[in-house]
Amino acid sequence: MTSSTLQEGTSLRQKLALRGIDGVTLLVLPSVLFVLAIFIYPFIYGLLLSFAPIREGGMFANYITFFSDPYLYNTIAATLRLAVPVTLLSVAAAVPVAMRVRLVRRQRLLTTLLVLPITLGTVLVAQGMLNYLGPQGWFSRSLMLLHVISSPLKLTNNYWGVFLSLIITVFPFTFLLTLSYVTGIDPGLEKAAATHGASAWQRFRHVMLPLLVPGLAIAFCLTFVQAFAVFPSAVLLGAPSGPTRVISIAAAQAAFEQYDFTMASAIAMIMGVVQLCIVLIVLVVRNLFYRGATSGGKG
Amino acid sequence: MIRDTTIGAKLWITAVWAVTIFFVLNVLAIIATVIVSSLGTRWLGTWLPNAFTLNWYASAWQEFQLGPVLLVTFQIAFTVVALSGLLGVTAAYAMARRDFPGKKLVMFLFLLPLLVPPITFGIPLATVLYQFNVGGTFWGVVLANLVPTVPFVILVMIPFIEQIDPKVEAAARVFGAGTFKLFVHVLMPMLIPGILASLLLVLVRTVAMFELTFLTAGPTSQTLVVSLYYAVFASGVRAVQSIDAMAVIYMVSTLVWLLVALRFVNPTQIVARGNQSSSAH
Repeated sequence: MTSSTLQEGTSLRQKLALRGIDGVTLLVLPSVLFVLAIFIYPFIYGLLLSFAPIREGGMFANYITFFSDPYLYNTIAATLRLAVPVTLLSVAAAVPVAMRVRLVRRQRLLTTLLVLPITLGTVLVAQGMLNYLGPQGWFSRSLMLLHVISSPLKLTNNYWGVFLSLIITVFPFTFLLTLSYVTGIDPGLEKAAATHGASAWQRFRHVMLPLLVPGLAIAFCLTFVQAFAVFPSAVLLGAPSGPTRVISIAAAQAAFEQYDFTMASAIAMIMGVVQLCIVLIVLVVRNLFYRGATSGGKG
Repeated sequence: MIRDTTIGAKLWITAVWAVTIFFVLNVLAIIATVIVSSLGTRWLGTWLPNAFTLNWYASAWQEFQLGPVLLVTFQIAFTVVALSGLLGVTAAYAMARRDFPGKKLVMFLFLLPLLVPPITFGIPLATVLYQFNVGGTFWGVVLANLVPTVPFVILVMIPFIEQIDPKVEAAARVFGAGTFKLFVHVLMPMLIPGILASLLLVLVRTVAMFELTFLTAGPTSQTLVVSLYYAVFASGVRAVQSIDAMAVIYMVSTLVWLLVALRFVNPTQIVARGNQSSSAH
């Protein structure tokens, strides 16, 4: 056979180079090893650790404790009650705003303003909101001035404080992501629909939305995963032992108050599994929709 | 641009803008309350404080020992920047230039730390770091912060490197440049804008990264944002204005870098990293 004689003449080095492996490819190794050692290994370690509880009761003791103690398993529902509405609201609001903003020439100012809460982070937003939403803060004061309400709203140290702070930090993220998808769609497609007499709603419903669905599904997943991991604002702005006792608080308490790292790892794994479930559901639903080019053209 | 002239369309457009402006106003007001409060003497039940003063900054600086905290913050941030630059740019070069078996898997490996939220992988990571006695130290915080930043640099840099014509490198090779010389004299000058942008964003992210630092920091390796969290958490012990002064110092230390970074990148790039790199193919 000719191919075997050809291969005999080439050294191992050349063979590897033919497959794309040479000195340059090896440059990827340090980063791969780093991610394996500092990200993958801890995950596996944590997974195994969660099956080696310090308490009695066999391998699954941590998981049994979690799912039999309402103080622990209710954190999943508490977190979902925050994360799901926040994600739905963010995605639903991001689409119309992004559809408008893409038509504006000078988007830079708005996008810069919206990057602020993402950059400053949840701790600073929580601190600002304690002042701003508090009973003497500007928010209640303005509403009272406008005679919308007669006494200050209670918006801190409860569910709504955390909800609003999540919206403030998560909506800009969803919006910027959605904007990058919306601007990626060829404007010619919408113009063509308009030429054929489609109304604004029809253009959105039958042209833009089908093209946006794959991107929106990703935006939904990334937003949800972020909202589900809410931590500092749930402590600072919420009622961390009541309605906003989210799952990350339970995990942090297990680790740093009870020093039970096996339980903390178990909670972190449960957290990861819930996130994964929601993401998988969204991705399965996404596959039912159209996937293809957003750039228009022939064919 | 298509013009919609029906009343319904106009109402809808107005409503969308009203919601957007309301949101932005609230964001600005949240930031403004912190600044105003940090400058005010006494602020109870009025629109603005009675009088203005700068004293809270001095007291916050002493109370929260901001000197050492800021020093540690920037030591950590710049170490993370240097290491993630070194690891990220070299890996991005290999990813952009070579097709090798398992490349998709490697790409997925780099995407994972950006998709999983810090608090989820932070707890097992902190456990491992404490096991190896790095938890609570300077290097523990640096290692933890590198987990999302190395992949971030890789994903931002891949499209930058792909833009450069491989013929330029081939020409340098013909004239006898080794890989190191090629990097320093040919690639680096062309990649500087991309490297600068991605590293500035890494700096902003590291200064603002709460979860990972919170989980891995000890008393001597706390960054500013973690100190701020503890201050707000134990508020009541200290004057609100003093905490707000600290918050303003934190804000300045983050926003300076953001403003510099925004000269090089579009704000959408800060969030749309995966999308950005995939659209460049």
